[in-house]
Amino acid sequence: MNSFFPSIVSRSQSSGLMNFFVPIISIVLTLITGSIIFVLLGFDPVYALYTFFISPISSTYGISELFVKATPLALIAIGLSYCFKNNIYNIGAEGQLTMGAIFGGGIGILFHDTNAFWLLPLMIFAGAIGGALWGLIPAILKTKFNTNEILTSLMLVYVALFILDYLVVGPWKDPFGYSFPKSRPFSESGRMPLLFDGFRVHFGLIITLFLIFVSWFIFSKTIFGFQLKVSGYSPKAARYAGFNQTTLVFFAFAICGAFAGIAGLAEVSGPIGLLYRDISPNYGFTAIIVAFLGRLHPIGIIFASLVIALTYLGAEDAQLFLQIPSAVGFIFQGLVLFYLLGAELLINYKLTYKKLL
Amino acid sequence: MNLDLILGILQIVLIATTPLVFAGIGELVTEKSGVLNLGVEGMMLVGAVSAFIILVITGSYFLAFFVSILSGIIMSGLFAFLVLFLMSNQIATGLALTIFGIGLSSMLGKQYIGTPIDGLSPWFFVIFSFLIVFLVSYFFYKTKAGLILRAVGESHNSAHALGYSVIKIRFLSILFGGSMCALAGSYISICYAPMWQEGMTAGRGWIALALVVFATWKPERVLIGAYIFGGVTILQMNLQALGLRFPGQFFSMAPYVATIIVLVLISSNKLRIKLSAPASLTIPFYKGR
Repeated sequence: MNSFFPSIVSRSQSSGLMNFFVPIISIVLTLITGSIIFVLLGFDPVYALYTFFISPISSTYGISELFVKATPLALIAIGLSYCFKNNIYNIGAEGQLTMGAIFGGGIGILFHDTNAFWLLPLMIFAGAIGGALWGLIPAILKTKFNTNEILTSLMLVYVALFILDYLVVGPWKDPFGYSFPKSRPFSESGRMPLLFDGFRVHFGLIITLFLIFVSWFIFSKTIFGFQLKVSGYSPKAARYAGFNQTTLVFFAFAICGAFAGIAGLAEVSGPIGLLYRDISPNYGFTAIIVAFLGRLHPIGIIFASLVIALTYLGAEDAQLFLQIPSAVGFIFQGLVLFYLLGAELLINYKLTYKKLL
Repeated sequence: MNLDLILGILQIVLIATTPLVFAGIGELVTEKSGVLNLGVEGMMLVGAVSAFIILVITGSYFLAFFVSILSGIIMSGLFAFLVLFLMSNQIATGLALTIFGIGLSSMLGKQYIGTPIDGLSPWFFVIFSFLIVFLVSYFFYKTKAGLILRAVGESHNSAHALGYSVIKIRFLSILFGGSMCALAGSYISICYAPMWQEGMTAGRGWIALALVVFATWKPERVLIGAYIFGGVTILQMNLQALGLRFPGQFFSMAPYVATIIVLVLISSNKLRIKLSAPASLTIPFYKGR
């Protein structure tokens, strides 16, 4: 006779198969829970799920929008994986994104009447610098003052948002903007080129794919990537091998901040075209889910960013057609992460039925 | 400066700081048992919205707080199930709880934005917040159960070997933390600012987490830390109101900057953090059946 409840037995080696299946299991479970929520709210679950997950991408424009949303998510998530691989919990990517938008956007506002080929590259560079500098603050506090990076990086999000708010209602306010809290629009050459006429998907996507490729190379082919991985798995082994943990923390934060900064600049110089208060619908926080769902792997992150981008589009459509508040998108994102973290058990442990007799 | 003004400011500081004390002491108990729950902000928001909705529907303050605390128990129970039974990463699970809580509270509260309610006098809760801190302190340092809870947080393997149920003790500590966070949230939506607004806790959950580090995991010091932060918040509001020729945003960021500075000052003494933090914090317990 077998016991009713399975017991949890540690695996000697983590399961590669489960590593692949766990994200898929969690997405399926989220869909099931989602349909239960829709039934409870009094909707036909098939119609609701169709509205949420299929109809937003049933047109070419919808697919372009999916890539517009996935671009910042994937870029920030691949940056976060430099930190998470090394067990550095940078959760302030939203602030680094904002700083990138401020630095890069500042260049755009300064040269608002200049049209030159060098403007956009300069803005991207400034965005990366802004994000990296903001990311280096928690890195310095962690390495020099032993301060927990979770709390400092998060507090800096609020600080960055207040700085942006100050700039767009104060010194950077558009003099012809009828006192709306927004900056001047950037000049034409300060905007991300569109990839296709009539669609909003922009050059930021190419930058993102390039940086994901570079990161794949760094993770799998360089000593730096190896050091990140080792110190994540076993800090003691890393110390014994002589890897400098301080340097690793600095690089991880700087790279993550730079990527988030570029993502922020790509948003303001892409779809938005100027600076104002609400430049990001929580991309910096949502990217944390993308990084985990993609299992910190470049290919995984590409797919995960598309899945999570769909929850943004689906939430907009659900608000439009089902009158469900768009916050339901965050519920789906939270659920995916819950299921993912719960199902991760299957990677390092297996469930067995013990014989009672 | 006259006496009335000083008393007035003191009153406002007391009222504004109380939710930080509730959330901070709740999280402290959770962390003392060796579990870090980063879902404070999410639990506070769900607590705030559920209290508000129940008050609007039933008109009963008792039911509002009761359901709110129940919501905190359910939210933290979800977290406890994941981190204790499925041994998930505590940091990531806490973040998921916050994201989920932000979504759930904005969805539930959407149609209640702008609904007027009669606020409740905060003084009972202000007094209760002091009381609970001293009760927790008494529990930790004067009772056997408190000693066991601390032992579980310091070394779960030793506590297990002595025959204590690590999972059960951690489960209860997490639920206590959740109910305190929900209470903090319901205090904000019913007493402090009688209304519902998306994300109305404005990062207080994260400040509560910082408070625990500031307090070096000692209950009474949560009170000191909370009143420093509460004082800074009210001070910046008053300075802003004076209309100084200085942009308001720089005052508004003051509590967050102050949090960072205080955290740096406390943490830079590596030995102190190492000696005060529960040694098993964030480490999952696996019995190895």
